[in-house]
Amino acid sequence: MANRVTVNEQICKGCGLCTSVCPKKIMVIDRDKLNAKGYNPATVSDIEKCIACAMCAIMCPDSAIKVEKE
Amino acid sequence: MTTVYEKSKMLTDAPMSYCPGCTHGIIHKLVAESISELGVEGRTVGVAPVGCSVMAYNFFACDMVQAPHGRAPAVATGLARALPEGVIFTYQGDGDLAAIGTAETVHAASRGENIVIIFVNNAIYGMTGGQMAPTTLPGQVTQTSPYGRDVKTAGYPIRICEMLATLDGTAYAERVSVNSVPNIRKAKKAIKKAFENQIAGRGFSIVEVLSTCPTNWGLTPVEALKWLEENMTPYYPLGVYKDITAEEGK
Ligand SMILES: Cc1ncc(C[n+]2csc(CCOP(=O)(O)OP(=O)(O)O)c2C)c(N)n1
Ligand code: SF4
Ligand code: SF4
Ligand code: SF4
Repeated sequence: MANRVTVNEQICKGCGLCTSVCPKKIMVIDRDKLNAKGYNPATVSDIEKCIACAMCAIMCPDSAIKVEKE
Repeated sequence: MTTVYEKSKMLTDAPMSYCPGCTHGIIHKLVAESISELGVEGRTVGVAPVGCSVMAYNFFACDMVQAPHGRAPAVATGLARALPEGVIFTYQGDGDLAAIGTAETVHAASRGENIVIIFVNNAIYGMTGGQMAPTTLPGQVTQTSPYGRDVKTAGYPIRICEMLATLDGTAYAERVSVNSVPNIRKAKKAIKKAFENQIAGRGFSIVEVLSTCPTNWGLTPVEALKWLEENMTPYYPLGVYKDITAEEGK
């Protein structure tokens, strides 16, 4: 089982701060998706690589990320 | 599964009104987490300013007052004196604190009021569209300094922490930044310490937080973090400018 990273897609503003700090480079902006506000939300590309460091969540100004460790 | 990080219970469900990637949101989280960890949410009253954080009362899940036009430290003074058990803080931008409400700020510090001030320095007037603030850097281009701030006519930026540290009434003054995860961790420690001081009745504590304004700086949120590091920290060095608890320990 992998760690779990949940992005609240409706709250996310697609700012990219989380993607800039993820040491595994697995936090990415999903260009194929739009939320109700018109932003491309962040998503995890490969959860198997996640080390649950929570850097993405600490950096998110909108508290849109929850990180759980297996 | 164990939760490593989730949204603080001291923040409401209201979506924040800040621009994408504006670090006001990060500073809100640190304030909320500190209050929660100290278990004082039930007796905390915050004071919101004018500026982008004018609606901070929608975001913090404690009692809040909105004090327009730089008067937050005066309102906080009243709250702290009327509610001796209250945990009283203000949350103010640099236009609000260092221009519009400079007098209120300086005198609250000189009186040693038992309050916490969270001072968000983004070197610009954010809400009103990016005008020059007292904290705007020399040469910095803003709406009202299109050729860059000229210190010959507009004067020099004010270093609030250094200035307030000279006042006997100030118990604690520290400058931090939220442009990286390690700096966010340090900022959290400083903010929590300021609240601990307030709860212990040690008097006036100010934490100046260097923050970004990607919208009015004309940068992406990630570029803004770098701009802060390269331009703001040299002029506004991070560190503790006064700490009476450290002096007592000597
Ligand atoms: C005495 C006074 N002058 C001007 C204004 C208009 N005003 C409202 S918000 C604001 C800017 C506040 O900027 P800052 O405190 O730096 O906060 P930011 O928006 O950057 O977070 C100004 C000038 C005002 N409300 N009162
Ligand atoms: S918890 Fe760490 S490794 Fe996992 S997505 Fe977030 S920043 Fe990346
Ligand atoms: S930092 Fe938060 S708001 Fe910004 S892209 Fe990541 S999840 Fe979305
Ligand atoms: S204008 Fe600047 S300070 Fe205000 S919310 Fe937008 S980025 Fe933040």
